[in-house]
Amino acid sequence: MDVALPTSMKKIVIEPVTRVEGHGKVTILLDEAKQVFQTRLHIVEFRGFERFIQGRPFWEVPVLVQRLCGICPVSHHLAAAKAMDRIVGGEKLTPTAEKIRRLMHYGQMFQSHALHFFHLCSPDLLFGFDADVAIRNVIGIAAKFPDLAVQGVMMRKYGQEIIKATAGKKIHGTGAIPGGVNKNLSIQERDFFLKDLDQMLTWSRGALAIAKDYTVTNLEMLAPFGSFDSSHMSLVRSDGAMDLYDGNLRAIDAEGGKIFDQVDCQDYVRYIAEEVRPWSYMKFPFIKSLGPEHGWYRVGPLARLNTADFIDTPEAEAERRTFMAVTGGKPNNLTMAYHWARLIELLHAIEKIQELLHDPDLQGTDLVVKGERRGEAVGIIEAPRGTLIHHYKVDDQDQVVMANLIVSTTHNNEPMNRAIQKVAKDHLSGVEITEGLLNRVEVAIRAYDPCLSCATHALGQMPLTVELLDHAGQVLDVKST
Amino acid sequence: MAKPKVATTSLAGCFGCHMSVLDIDERILKLVELIDFDKSPIDDIKHFSGRCLVGLVEGGCCNEENVHVLQEFRKHCDVLIALGDCATMGGIPALRNTIPLQECLDEAYRNGPTVHNPSGTIPNDPDLPLLLNRVYPVQEVVKIDYFLPGCPPSADTIWAALTALLSNQKIDLPYELIKYD
Repeated sequence: MDVALPTSMKKIVIEPVTRVEGHGKVTILLDEAKQVFQTRLHIVEFRGFERFIQGRPFWEVPVLVQRLCGICPVSHHLAAAKAMDRIVGGEKLTPTAEKIRRLMHYGQMFQSHALHFFHLCSPDLLFGFDADVAIRNVIGIAAKFPDLAVQGVMMRKYGQEIIKATAGKKIHGTGAIPGGVNKNLSIQERDFFLKDLDQMLTWSRGALAIAKDYTVTNLEMLAPFGSFDSSHMSLVRSDGAMDLYDGNLRAIDAEGGKIFDQVDCQDYVRYIAEEVRPWSYMKFPFIKSLGPEHGWYRVGPLARLNTADFIDTPEAEAERRTFMAVTGGKPNNLTMAYHWARLIELLHAIEKIQELLHDPDLQGTDLVVKGERRGEAVGIIEAPRGTLIHHYKVDDQDQVVMANLIVSTTHNNEPMNRAIQKVAKDHLSGVEITEGLLNRVEVAIRAYDPCLSCATHALGQMPLTVELLDHAGQVLDVKST
Repeated sequence: MAKPKVATTSLAGCFGCHMSVLDIDERILKLVELIDFDKSPIDDIKHFSGRCLVGLVEGGCCNEENVHVLQEFRKHCDVLIALGDCATMGGIPALRNTIPLQECLDEAYRNGPTVHNPSGTIPNDPDLPLLLNRVYPVQEVVKIDYFLPGCPPSADTIWAALTALLSNQKIDLPYELIKYD
């Protein structure tokens, strides 16, 4: 499904901060009629985890493989631990172990979604897509909306402290082990979190209100922005509820029809494959029954809102109903609706944290179970950015002999390319690179909250350079934000 | 007087060290009063808006672009700090150093159980930077002034080092701030 670059084509390269950071860049290819032919989001980094993890002892994997990503390490830590639970025959965790892990995961979801909203996307929403980049960042938010900036910092801190209390460290912790966890939550730790809980709930409602009001008020402008119909995939619980920690796979089409449902995670290989394209190190997943051309889908907050039948916490469920009503109960296919969906999940996460903190099982002392040893296992979790799949084979020497990892941002590879393509088609005029185009490409990518835009922007900067090149590689035009 | 500038970059890292910078929490609001984060430290040489007092480098070098960025950082920063274990000694990505690169690529793009790759192509577009034969710690490429160990270094460690540098003090970190997991 890939084409060599015909020599008659022109090429526009957009390199976010990540160019030199090396995590991603965008190329827009024009045909001879100067129309957008294709857009490519290049992921330029390659690590080789699948191979170098081979030969490592299986119990090391949950702490090793989370080093893939320091932005949401808990997700990798838990997905690997879930796979290793099965390897040691301990997938039926004790109530304390499962609830400690869930608390860790909701803490992660809470901090990640808060970070994304306050540090990364609120500048776009509050200042507008065309605001000066000098203020359109978290430092600008701190100057103009100091209360909001403080809320963002404190909410992220709350989530990070939960991770530290359950995993041992804020980043790259060690709490989950094959078959369970290595500590419970003490009464003192619990009381520490209960103290600020009401404040977190209040701030979460406030942040959600900003995203909801913004989306509903600007619906006409946002509806076509980087949008397209697509399939959606996520885990759901056996009763169809949203479940971020565990469940079975469900995929639906753009109209809401089920492509597959309640698929056991252990069988994912029968349903999902990944296409390799020469211009990116990130593969392109697709649903096998639909093929590489049409089988791509979205994951993450928007997909989860679309696939779930309901949410099992009251406030988030009420918000879900409002969200679904906008599209008459059909799946919402708006790229910019990701932000609203993400904040409904933020509220869901803090409601879940509240529920768990009041559960005495967190102080239980039965932490680890083991059973019959297995040689192969899959662990799937809903990470902040979407479905995360870990798959391992372990030999009888306890060494990993095969590892397959499909990370959240990878599932959204084709969708992000589509969003950029849509924006480019709508906003590129001729071969001139406008500020408006730069800003909008940035905004569209950011809706998907890919790791590559995340960390750079968190420090308040997302400069962007666009180069217009002819087929010989000669620079015709350069514009920077 | 203009505030000193601080530039940061993530090479072959996981952004965990950058997240640890954010874990200074409310102190970040104080930090931005003391310094300016360089507007585009990691975009292109012409985007370095001036001389930087401090450069924080996360991650080692796994491709030609990492090397280029690191050299630019050395050129523009008075003090260059290797932030975390990957910068200091390659870290987890350097586990590939004992394995031929081709085997790593084959596993990811040809052998994996979900790979669909009828032509057996390995990504090789000119837009992708060339991978190095192995992952290099940053001090094997440029001179480094300070090393902050840890995976990641804790927020308190980063804060203590930065504030010492900014106030012209000797960086003197107690054991608790530089011990490992």
